[in-house]
Amino acid sequence: MPVFSFNDTLLLATALFSVGLAGVLVRRNMVFMLMSLDIMLNATALVFVGAGARWHDATGQVMFVLILALAAVETAVGLAIIVCLHGRGRPTLDADTGNLMEG
Amino acid sequence: MAPFLISLLILCPLAASLLAFMSARRMGARGIGLVACTGVGSSAVVSIILSVMLLSGPVTGVLQVTLWPWMHMPGFSADIAFMLDRVSMIMILIVTVVGLLIHIYAARYMRDDPGIARFFGCMTLFVAFMLVVVLASDLLCLFIGWEGVGLCSYLLIGFWYDDAANTAAARKAFYMTRMGDVALLCGLLLLATATGGSLRIGTVLVAVANGQLAPSGVNMAALFILVAALAKSAQIPFQTWLPDAMAGPTPTSALIHAATMVTAGIYLIARLHDLFAMAVPVMALTAVLGALTLLMGACTALVQSDLKRILAWSTISQLGYMFLALGCGAWQAALFHLMTHAFFKALLFLTAGAIIMRAHHEQDIFRLGGLRHTMPGLTTAFVAGASSLAGLPLVTAGFYSKEMILSGVWPAHFNLTHGWTLSGPPLWGMALLGAFLTALYIFRCVFIVFCGKAGTGTAGRTSRLMSIPLGCLCVLSLCGGVIEMPDTLPSLHLLRALLDPTAVLSHAHQPGWLVLAGAGVPLAGLGVAWVLWGRSSPVMREIPGQAPVIRPGRTGRGMDALYHYVFVQPFCLLAWLTRLDILNHAVTGTGLLIQAASARMFRVRADFLGMLAIQATRLIRWAGHLPGLLHNGRVRWYAAWIAGGLCAGLAMAVLS
Repeated sequence: MPVFSFNDTLLLATALFSVGLAGVLVRRNMVFMLMSLDIMLNATALVFVGAGARWHDATGQVMFVLILALAAVETAVGLAIIVCLHGRGRPTLDADTGNLMEG
Repeated sequence: MAPFLISLLILCPLAASLLAFMSARRMGARGIGLVACTGVGSSAVVSIILSVMLLSGPVTGVLQVTLWPWMHMPGFSADIAFMLDRVSMIMILIVTVVGLLIHIYAARYMRDDPGIARFFGCMTLFVAFMLVVVLASDLLCLFIGWEGVGLCSYLLIGFWYDDAANTAAARKAFYMTRMGDVALLCGLLLLATATGGSLRIGTVLVAVANGQLAPSGVNMAALFILVAALAKSAQIPFQTWLPDAMAGPTPTSALIHAATMVTAGIYLIARLHDLFAMAVPVMALTAVLGALTLLMGACTALVQSDLKRILAWSTISQLGYMFLALGCGAWQAALFHLMTHAFFKALLFLTAGAIIMRAHHEQDIFRLGGLRHTMPGLTTAFVAGASSLAGLPLVTAGFYSKEMILSGVWPAHFNLTHGWTLSGPPLWGMALLGAFLTALYIFRCVFIVFCGKAGTGTAGRTSRLMSIPLGCLCVLSLCGGVIEMPDTLPSLHLLRALLDPTAVLSHAHQPGWLVLAGAGVPLAGLGVAWVLWGRSSPVMREIPGQAPVIRPGRTGRGMDALYHYVFVQPFCLLAWLTRLDILNHAVTGTGLLIQAASARMFRVRADFLGMLAIQATRLIRWAGHLPGLLHNGRVRWYAAWIAGGLCAGLAMAVLS
């Protein structure tokens, strides 16, 4: 079983985070943006798990569970917003079209 | 055992609240009512068990539980911790028992409302938060409950949110109490710095007693906490929110605005009375504000014509009594009056709700009338509550608690700085005048509503589910006061013995006529009310206060207008300025001006210099638009800016 050092974990997390960030910046489809956000969150969660394993401290895993819950909530809210927008008669997922507040 | 029970006490209503919220509309009205009553009822049972446990222990015993460490860092620590001592024991009994009675009543009262699940969700959540306020042994933990009850009161006042006036009332209550919350937070920070990072009530009081806080610091902390209590308890100058808060359902008014939330401020000061005892000027301020509020509330209640608003102003006035007692150091008297007030004011509110329900939602007392014949049961209940509120001697609970306050105020003496002193007798006189006015306004209401000729028609009967709580509250508000009697009567001091078991009862003998005056004045008020509004002389009946002197008092508009001009208008002005985006206009305007000027100046010389000037002005205009790009409403642009900032920060961290 290969043993990964904490450094490797950090590298992987950085790569994941960059992929997620790029996704958020490049994608215009809101569903894909949400997925990219989840990738970013998972990257941070990975750092917590790695750090928890490195220092033998369960707090990292607790934080991971917390982030998991956070990600679920955030996705739920995001999807609810998208569904709401559809209900209001905006049949598009383009994030760039929604730049006006219409109270 | 005790830690488990204390957690259970809070968890029961919390669980009921979750069930009610999550049931959506799947449970019927009956089921929701049952869930809510079970939740609050089981915590009432638990609180009785806990009280027995506490009382069977040693006299100075305290039950404590630390649920979990909340935050621990160098220099500051806070826990989610609860503590049950004799002061909080009285409060949990009031909150759960009176709360249970109100819930039973509400189960019938709100039966036909489509939002009943939301209603009971908020009500039981409110009870849970109130128990957190009462039990918290850490001031930061208390703050959670303090904010929680504020949120629940917002939700409940604006319960019928279809009406814009109701939501406005809810917002008003929220903002006004929020001002106090800010003050409370400031006070807590001040105390935390003084005690070296712990907000345990015991630690704080010990630190203050040891002089770890300079006298000015003690005064500041007490002042901040006083402001918080004033806002929560709707005292001068924060009194404007409570009358408007009657927009919510009547059981809400009974629970929040009579028995629990508005008394949280009094409870907080009673809890920290050792701190306040060291801040003499703040004590004097508390007493004076309490006395003023007491008179102001009573005078306003005297000219109201809405049944629920009379009770609202009466609540403000009675809370003034409690602040007066706290200011004079008679915190036991304040707690005693808090208890009896919870009984009789809940009774009055619930009876008023039943009357209004049966009189086709008519709240104007001048259109009601003669209800004595059609609703004998409700008449008895209301008169019982009214006599207790007025403090008719010997037979009502209100008499004993008011007597204790009056005898606590008389010997008060404040040595303020610069040779100013404030002594008890003037305050006592104000309290006595307040007692007279109280009897006057509440019996005015009784005579107009229940005597005379019948006004609006009535329908139906009060159901049993509603009359049982009324009966219980009747008994409590008539007999609940005998646990503590004035010295001149058979000296029975159960409450004082309970609250302060180690202290020796001092028989500081006061003039016997004090008690006589306190007993006679409500009777005089009753007599005057009979003369003015009784059946024999309907003179005052037709003057419901359209006189120019009375009108501002009736609506309390003066204060609202003041707040409007002092706080709301400047804010609106700021918002208006922001909407105009004055900075943008200034930049663009300057650019245009320069461009125009340079175009005129260099019109003749279309040479290099002229071109340069024109280009420069274009640049300035463009720069003016540049900040506008920052908020173009595109999410991805925002993300890009954040990412850019992140990269820049990382680069600085790496390269430095």
